[in-house]
Amino acid sequence: MWGIARRKIGLGNFPSPILGQVLQRIRPMGSALPKSYSTAAKEMTVREALNSALDEEMSADPKVFLMGEEVGEYQGAYKISKGLLEKYGPERVLDTPITEAGFAGIGVGAAYYGLRPVIEFMTFNFSMQAIDHIINSAAKSNYMSAGQISVPIVFRGPNGAAAGVGAQHSQCYAAWYAHVPGLKVLCPYSSEDARGLLKAAIRDPDPVVFLENELLYGESFPVSAESLDSSFCLPIGKAKIEREGKHVTITAFSKMVGYALQAAEILSKEGISAEVINLRSIRPLDRGTINASVRKTNRLVTVEEGFPQHGVGAEICMSVIEESFEYLDAPVERIAGADVPMPYAANLERMAVPQVDDIIRAAKRVCYRSVPMAAAA
Amino acid sequence: MAIWIMRLRLAHHLGKKIASLEALKLSSWASSLHPWIPASLASSDDRYASKLVRNPVARYAARRFGSTKAQESVSEVTNGSKQVMDFPGGKVMFIPEMRFLAESPGERISCYRVLDDDGQTISGSSFQEVSKEIALKMYSDMVTLQIMDTIFYEAQRQGRISFYLTSIGEEAINVASAAALTINDIVFPQYREPGVLLWRGFTLQEFANQCFGNKSDYGKGRQMPIHYGSNRLNYFTVSSPIATQIPHAVGAAYSLKMDKKHACAVTYFGDGGTSEGDFHAALNFAAVMEVPIIFFCRNNGWAISTPTTEQFRSDGAVIRGQAYGLRSIRVDGNDALAVYSAVHAAREMAIRESRPILVEALTYRVGHHSTSDDSTKYRPVDEIEHWRTARDPVSRYRKWIERNGWLCDDAESELRSNVRKELLHAIQVAEKMEKPPLAELFTDVYDQVPSNLHEQERLLRETIKQHNGDYPPEVPV
Repeated sequence: MWGIARRKIGLGNFPSPILGQVLQRIRPMGSALPKSYSTAAKEMTVREALNSALDEEMSADPKVFLMGEEVGEYQGAYKISKGLLEKYGPERVLDTPITEAGFAGIGVGAAYYGLRPVIEFMTFNFSMQAIDHIINSAAKSNYMSAGQISVPIVFRGPNGAAAGVGAQHSQCYAAWYAHVPGLKVLCPYSSEDARGLLKAAIRDPDPVVFLENELLYGESFPVSAESLDSSFCLPIGKAKIEREGKHVTITAFSKMVGYALQAAEILSKEGISAEVINLRSIRPLDRGTINASVRKTNRLVTVEEGFPQHGVGAEICMSVIEESFEYLDAPVERIAGADVPMPYAANLERMAVPQVDDIIRAAKRVCYRSVPMAAAA
Repeated sequence: MAIWIMRLRLAHHLGKKIASLEALKLSSWASSLHPWIPASLASSDDRYASKLVRNPVARYAARRFGSTKAQESVSEVTNGSKQVMDFPGGKVMFIPEMRFLAESPGERISCYRVLDDDGQTISGSSFQEVSKEIALKMYSDMVTLQIMDTIFYEAQRQGRISFYLTSIGEEAINVASAAALTINDIVFPQYREPGVLLWRGFTLQEFANQCFGNKSDYGKGRQMPIHYGSNRLNYFTVSSPIATQIPHAVGAAYSLKMDKKHACAVTYFGDGGTSEGDFHAALNFAAVMEVPIIFFCRNNGWAISTPTTEQFRSDGAVIRGQAYGLRSIRVDGNDALAVYSAVHAAREMAIRESRPILVEALTYRVGHHSTSDDSTKYRPVDEIEHWRTARDPVSRYRKWIERNGWLCDDAESELRSNVRKELLHAIQVAEKMEKPPLAELFTDVYDQVPSNLHEQERLLRETIKQHNGDYPPEVPV
């Protein structure tokens, strides 16, 4: 609904007053706009979306509790858990000592017994200190115990590059966690994604790794009335087609969805109609939607922020080759971060992360509108 | 015991208000949150204190900031210009002489023991009485564990199971600690505690099924031998990585506390496990979160080939309890009555006061680390023999039972031969039983089997149908 309006403007993150003005300008032409347009545009930042999702799930189920560094008194390192300590008390919102291995392990133990912990990592870079508990204690337990021990835990926190935080604070862990059977891995983009997927993750009986993005926390997105309902939930394992197109499929997740949408807007002016898929769920990957789209467009560009080798794009490419090889009219292109630890200097950092231009060039290459990379080398 | 009494006197000395607040226990919820107010606030009036006890959020906030409140420095002139000042963490006394705390306390922490080497109760010893029924069940289970270990070890040597790990020398720790717990106490084992499962009712057949990985194995053949687990008996499935179960147990104890259950969590680990980061995080957390848990350290002197002198330089594990703010005790792990009494008391304290307790049981790992180890390569054979015979916990306990007139020689040999017969039969049955069916390869990865695994199973079954001759006949499809 609002998504269509956004796509016409070609921007994912306009603050509300400007969005309102622009919408008024296109209102006379708005035959494609839905009935709910008449209600005031409700916008929400991703931060508010996550906060409201946590609040509602904690209120609905007394077994849900939040644990992590700075989540209580400090209101959350990124203010995601603002107000929760005051509302639910120190038994449901726990500030922990600095030990990721400790509180991840303790969270898993609590989940073994029947509580539903939400463990916050200040960034997923620090989750490596707890990764044994995430994988050996959480992901594998249901299988190893033959269904006797279920682990309804959610590990959440910011993932991927922020701005100027250097190598140890900028890595993307989507490919790492999506590699492991027994885990579910979710990557929201918009506020609606954030709300719906976090609620689904908390209610899910399996361990879920919920990868947020620090730079998206402050971004505002329009949200539908339906998504504001406290029972709202998005299905895990379903991707969303953010923008429909005919000539090339662009898959992306998290922050890169915004970049892909921008690229699609610019490409449309040059006559290339791009279909942008917001993956939402990395494991399980929505191979059905991706393949259906590639069968329609015959060309694919995968976009991710993380390192290229063994990344999400490699898995998507393989899935398309396995199921839709004959439909491809061009080799699959993958756009990923540079294969170096993230540099700090702003100019270097900009070159180490995919930009909108990179996506545009790749889309043109697969459409044979420009010289392929190998020939140019 | 002595150390706890000394600290209690100290607590009285510091603040009379603490004792009166303990008596206040206004609501059961507040009391389960253990109304301890830091000494710096102990001088405030009763109305404030009682408001703190009633409102856990305010009490939490008060405790959180109590030690950082600015106060006038109180100067106490005793023993030549000693001054008291406050810092985050509370009041400390200053001394002008530079003095380092010694790296060891001089004298090692004493070990609690009830029975001497001859199975006679030491005069002046205090211990928890056991009924004849419990005492005999303890003995029978210790003997069963010994025989089970011997026979399964042999079975591995004969190639009938792939792996085994014995608990020889630690039978008293296994069974006596289990006897002091109730079925509602959740157990998080390392791997050398099958006696706890045995006490709770796991049958010899169930043990054999897991070791052979047949279709009756509760683990559906997914784990190597000795990785037992039982939902029904509140015993969490054994997991190979060392010490990961320690923070898990703290988490479960926290759940028990939130649910206000009259039960505690118990976790076992060896001397080697205390070196892991998880041990540190768990003990620290448990003390801060005030959860009902017993940390049981089986200090058996060896972590595979690493002796305790190379494992740590502290006085064992018990001394570390105090460093984290835990009440702790050191006990003779080969003395069944001492272990029983210590765990019984620890459980009471853990549940009643919602606090963690550390129990260190000193013992000796008589067997090899596992069937993959030959311990004669790193320790003298006569040392092993000495502990196997002269310091055997089972025979020591038997002497005590015989002295009570509860056991005679005939009953003893009949017990041993019955267990042997039953176990050999269980092994035969387990060995012949079918393995788990193919479908169990794909279930339980997630709560619901996902579509890609349904697909893989379908492809696998097709392949089997096409190449029937290549598929092993004894594995059911």
